[in-house]
Amino acid sequence: MTEPAAAIPGPERVQDALLSAAKTKARNKDFKRNDVVGYMFISPWLIGFFAFSMIPIAISLYLAFTDYHLLRGGEWIGLANFDRMFNSDIRYGRSVAATFKYVLVAVPLRLIFALAVAMLLNTKRRGVYWFRAAYYIPSVIGGSVAVAVMWRQLFGGDGRVNEGVVNTLLGFVGIERLNWFGNPDTAIWTLILLAVWQFGSPMLIFLAGLRQVPAEYYEAASIDGATAWQKFLRVTLPLITPIIFFNFIMQLISGFRVFTQAFVITAGNPLDSTLFYALYLYRRAFNDFQMGYAAAMAWVLLLLIAFFTFISFRTSRYWVYYETKES
Amino acid sequence: MQQALKFDTYQRQRRRTQLSQTVTYYVVVIALAIVMLYPVAWLVASSLKPLDEIWTNVTSLIPSTLRFENYAEGWSGFGGITFETFFRNSFIHAGVGTLFTVVSSAIVAYGFARVKFRGRDIWFSIMLLTLMLPSQILMIPQYIIFNELDWINTFLPLLIPRLGGDVFFIFMIVQFIRGIPIELDEAAMIDGSSKGGIFFRIILPQIVPALVTAAIFSFYWTWEDFLGPLVYLQNPNLYTVAVALRAYTDTGSINNWGAVFAMLTLSLVPVILIFVFFQRYLVEGIATTGLKG
Repeated sequence: MTEPAAAIPGPERVQDALLSAAKTKARNKDFKRNDVVGYMFISPWLIGFFAFSMIPIAISLYLAFTDYHLLRGGEWIGLANFDRMFNSDIRYGRSVAATFKYVLVAVPLRLIFALAVAMLLNTKRRGVYWFRAAYYIPSVIGGSVAVAVMWRQLFGGDGRVNEGVVNTLLGFVGIERLNWFGNPDTAIWTLILLAVWQFGSPMLIFLAGLRQVPAEYYEAASIDGATAWQKFLRVTLPLITPIIFFNFIMQLISGFRVFTQAFVITAGNPLDSTLFYALYLYRRAFNDFQMGYAAAMAWVLLLLIAFFTFISFRTSRYWVYYETKES
Repeated sequence: MQQALKFDTYQRQRRRTQLSQTVTYYVVVIALAIVMLYPVAWLVASSLKPLDEIWTNVTSLIPSTLRFENYAEGWSGFGGITFETFFRNSFIHAGVGTLFTVVSSAIVAYGFARVKFRGRDIWFSIMLLTLMLPSQILMIPQYIIFNELDWINTFLPLLIPRLGGDVFFIFMIVQFIRGIPIELDEAAMIDGSSKGGIFFRIILPQIVPALVTAAIFSFYWTWEDFLGPLVYLQNPNLYTVAVALRAYTDTGSINNWGAVFAMLTLSLVPVILIFVFFQRYLVEGIATTGLKG
């Protein structure tokens, strides 16, 4: 057995090896110093992550399998919370139904509005800057309790003395007065309309995306005699699918978690038609103090969101168009 | 001659269609702006209407007389606590909370963006993954922990977790720092600056726009945050404006809606003011990072 000649170190190779060893050592020392420095810099997040995320998640997982009551403490009950959720809790089923209805209607409507208005504002006409700001204002204040209380009154929340501006305005065009909050079919629409009214942030993201579409594409389409609608369908829409996808995911996730508006405007009424998931979970945890059951609900919510996000990602390859480098 | 005439009519026609297009455009855009802003204008108008007019002259945006007493009556609050207390609480919650969030986020972001340490990429990925977690998962165990610590009815549960920074903002600032030329750091390093020195003297002045954007969003979200204060602040003396407004209107037997509308309007003033002054940062922040507004 002979070693390959190249592996036998000559004097100059020894020198090289020593040098590179010294370099590695220096780098290691540097690395070690950087390790300490790096972890010092990220320590606020790291400590917070363990204290306020990791430990609570572990506790939450444990709670989901217990009958934990804030005042009485808890006992291990296995899958009973989940059994109750899926098999005997009628209100749970209603809250899932209400949430799905809301997400399925509000998210697409909001995105369509956001895109339509972004198209409208994607022009160099004078004053568009001001309109962009005006349309964004509802989104700035939209999550607040103040707007929720106002919204309730706009639809005649205090029914005895107030028929509601919306009803009055509808009356002008001959539509009969609606009892928005008394009817399970109409109550949810007040919340959907509120969501649509706040199309501001997806609109701004669409606007940024529309600016990225190269003007040459439109010019080429014009030369080929494309109409405005054809340009939208064949040029704009395919090119902004990544942004549609991003907006869709963000809106989907926040749609599943809507709370304040339902809590203040409809309180889940009537007949649980607006008892959204997050609202029901809050009630179970902080009104009934059934924290084990609520923790189990939270885990199902996480799985639901993860599932829909996953499905969206899987189907996205069929409709989201990424401009690849080689083209 | 005929050719020239034809060309002339053609030009005139083109100008006319252009004009009608512009007019249509502005009619649509202005009409939409009215629909969008009407509810806000209605709220402000209602806050100034005489009491008997609020529910009788509902659609009007112009009060017959301005009744500023609504504001004085609203300010006196309920249950013996004035809105001065609620606003002070909200400013503590949003102000201190924002300070904690932005300072920590900047420090952490610098660590991720400019220090090469072992495990950096893994921790960064883990951090981004936490964005997916619904707050509901953490809410219940956190409540139990804070209850054990005897932190209920203090601002601690709302402020202390924010010392860890906010993942959204950390990510945003990291992206921002990555755009700053590394040569600046290297020059400072040759001059004998430590990482801490580089952070304070080189990076911090450069990332001010990102910090302003983060501060504005943080302030907004905290000012409007309802669930946190609702859960942790049960003592009315600690209510933030959001929780107070909801308690104020929850009694079901309000006679003085003028006062309610006045306080609703007032609660929106800080948010609107910031929007007016820092609109550029906000709009850019959303457009470039996709932050939810």
